[in-house]
Amino acid sequence: MSDTRGGTRDDSDVRTPDDEHDDELAPDPRLTRQTDEGAQELQQTRDLVVTGGPWPEVEGEGDTMIINMGPQHPSTHGVLRLMLELDAETIVRAKPVVGYLHTGMEKTGEELTYVQGATNVTRMDYASPLSNELVFSMAVEQLLDVEVPPRATWIRMYLNELNRIASHLLWQATNGLDLGALSMIIYGWREREETLRLLEKITGLRMNNNYIRPGGVAAELPDGWQDDTLELCNLVEKGTAEYDELLTGNPIWQERLVGVGVITTEQALALSATGPILRSTGFPWDLRKSQPYLAYDQVDFDVIYTENGDCYDRYRLRLQEILESVKIVRQCVEKMPPGDYRVQDRKVTPPPRARIDESMEALIHHFKLFTEGFKVPPGETYVAVESPRGEVGCYLVADGTGKPCRLHIRGPSFYNLQAMSPMMEDRLIADAVAVISSVDPIMGEVDR
Amino acid sequence: MGLEQVPYSFLTGRLEDLVKWARRNSVWPATFGLACCALEMMAAGAAHYDLARYGMEVFRASPRQADLMIVAGRVSQKMGPVLRQVYDQMVEPKWVISMGVCASTGGMFNNYALVQGVDQIVPVDVYVPGCPPGPETLMHGILLLHGEIRSGEIMKRRARTAHGGAAIQVDQRDGTPADSLATR
Amino acid sequence: MPDDDAREDAHKNGDTRVEEEEKETAPAPDDEVAAAVVERFPGTVFHCSHGQPVVYVDRAVWAELGGFLRDEQQFTQCVDVTAVDHLVDAARLFVPGVDPERFEVVASFLSHPRNRRIRAICEVPAEDATVPSLTDAYPGANFGEREVYDLFGIAFTGHPDLVRILMPDDWVGYPLRKDDAPARVPVTFKEDPRPR
Repeated sequence: MSDTRGGTRDDSDVRTPDDEHDDELAPDPRLTRQTDEGAQELQQTRDLVVTGGPWPEVEGEGDTMIINMGPQHPSTHGVLRLMLELDAETIVRAKPVVGYLHTGMEKTGEELTYVQGATNVTRMDYASPLSNELVFSMAVEQLLDVEVPPRATWIRMYLNELNRIASHLLWQATNGLDLGALSMIIYGWREREETLRLLEKITGLRMNNNYIRPGGVAAELPDGWQDDTLELCNLVEKGTAEYDELLTGNPIWQERLVGVGVITTEQALALSATGPILRSTGFPWDLRKSQPYLAYDQVDFDVIYTENGDCYDRYRLRLQEILESVKIVRQCVEKMPPGDYRVQDRKVTPPPRARIDESMEALIHHFKLFTEGFKVPPGETYVAVESPRGEVGCYLVADGTGKPCRLHIRGPSFYNLQAMSPMMEDRLIADAVAVISSVDPIMGEVDR
Repeated sequence: MGLEQVPYSFLTGRLEDLVKWARRNSVWPATFGLACCALEMMAAGAAHYDLARYGMEVFRASPRQADLMIVAGRVSQKMGPVLRQVYDQMVEPKWVISMGVCASTGGMFNNYALVQGVDQIVPVDVYVPGCPPGPETLMHGILLLHGEIRSGEIMKRRARTAHGGAAIQVDQRDGTPADSLATR
Repeated sequence: MPDDDAREDAHKNGDTRVEEEEKETAPAPDDEVAAAVVERFPGTVFHCSHGQPVVYVDRAVWAELGGFLRDEQQFTQCVDVTAVDHLVDAARLFVPGVDPERFEVVASFLSHPRNRRIRAICEVPAEDATVPSLTDAYPGANFGEREVYDLFGIAFTGHPDLVRILMPDDWVGYPLRKDDAPARVPVTFKEDPRPR
């Protein structure tokens, strides 16, 4: 209704419900009705008004809520799905659901020859592919009863430690990202890129290298690798010192990590957890020292372990392990023995490419090796090495043909995920992210 | 050229060019890193290769806020429905880059466990080969996508092919119609 | 029976390894833990596989073996539980005294205080593919046993949560069995129309 009073602008403009001017300015009847009804509605349902008043006793209050986290979520740990049972913000129970990256690699492994096998296993733990290749190659060599020449052994050890540096730097970066320290992911990739560049120079690829093969390694180290390595070592040490300064004493970092995700040695052992999780509980078990393989008994390094079993300890542990790996790498540069980079048995390793043009035999061997592969006598073996995530093992059953009867890789993250549930119970959701990150699962080896 | 030298303070152009410019220079990727390729995708976003030069360094966790889904890694049978659901939640215009051979064709794993090519589930605009493709290869793919957006080819193709198949409804084997979040 | 055929084939091929095993009828366990296991569970066969001690036990005592190793032999961790399907072996390792079946369930144990490992294998027939679970003694065997159930179809009695872990919940079949095909999709190329 238009107001056609005109003239004086006084308080008579203002409408109030009990204003006598209402008679003249009959408001829209629909409006009134709505308002009346609305007001009545509000009256009746006053008990459920959100903005104030006491909450009524709703039935089912105190029940827990089950919420799903993942498999697609911004944490960079791949496709892990967590079913969380929550009581307000506290996690009552946590159950990891895996299988979202199951690739059938063990089935594929039965279809590939032993020469091709390294390409398959390398993609399981894709953050440290050379560990997988190493454990597979060692299992095959054990079944074949061949011994790898010392230079190949030292090259393998050198590459594994480079891989450990790259993997732990990746972990530092993603841990920072998960906890909100975004500068950490930008800086963490700095040294990792340099490490990957060196790996590319040596193996040909940044990741999934397919370089450690049964019989030795695929090719000789390139010229100038010693200088490049020492330069990298200096860079990594400098970078690690920076991250230490940035984060270790940082009160926010400590608030988020100290006392979070605590696990005891008994729990970790019972749940088959290995690697940094076990070492953070005060249990100094490292396969490189306790059951040495390759040439680890000839280099000098310390096993890092901490006492409290919380996420902060695991952070410090992995940071320190980078420095221990740098120590080992420096010693590899000094002590690398001369010799062959792969075993000379022509039935196992292909001849050098130049020989193919000269010798018919070499050509035939090359052909047969890359088409049929070599045959491994029947047997079974289990070999384990220490990857950045724990004990990675290969259980290999051979049946006399050129392809394995059964290739099983014991992925450390698969068993470490079992340890994640007790770490998360009775903690807040925000701590769940810190815990997942400190368990460091790589879903490729969880699901295979 | 400083603004002082411009004689008239307006420029002419086509509206669609402006829209295309805005669209291609601020493509926000959704986080869909699955396996090894995810590490190379993160490397592309990190300081050395730096996707921020394209305005792409913000990886949005929520698909509603993302324009581009970079499927980085192998898609298993269990993950397929999740992939489709995330794709459906993205708002038009949306693009998909299939990064790596596992996402493009199933890669070296031609077996029961993997979807042999993510284009069986979502329409793909750019395929980036590699195992894993290095960050430069991924950036080449991204630049290809920018080129497609700039020329408008991609939107024309979409219109011709029913959104690249995204609008096609596939029913289940037992006749139950599929839920579709994409039909509008 | 396929296993006998495989053994015959192996004999024909003159596989020396198989012949060697046959010469020793009951190798004495030179590993003290294996000796203790053989003593505690009569009928156990010891085998030295490339320097690693392996005990072949009857599956009925599988769970008891776990308890024995943990409580009396200080094997603190069950490192791995897996299985093998020997349906189509060209040549199978023949250990005298062991009655081979289609499946084998393999568990690896690690003792930290004694710094040693031992592997236990039990034979599982295809028609009755059940094994007692190790999760009472070793809760860490949980995921490993679920994986074996998922991929081989071997059920573990006494397991707290025996459901599929890697495959989707409604998957039919057990992928790692040899009679479950790898399901390779034929690949075609533009220039070459034959599917590979």
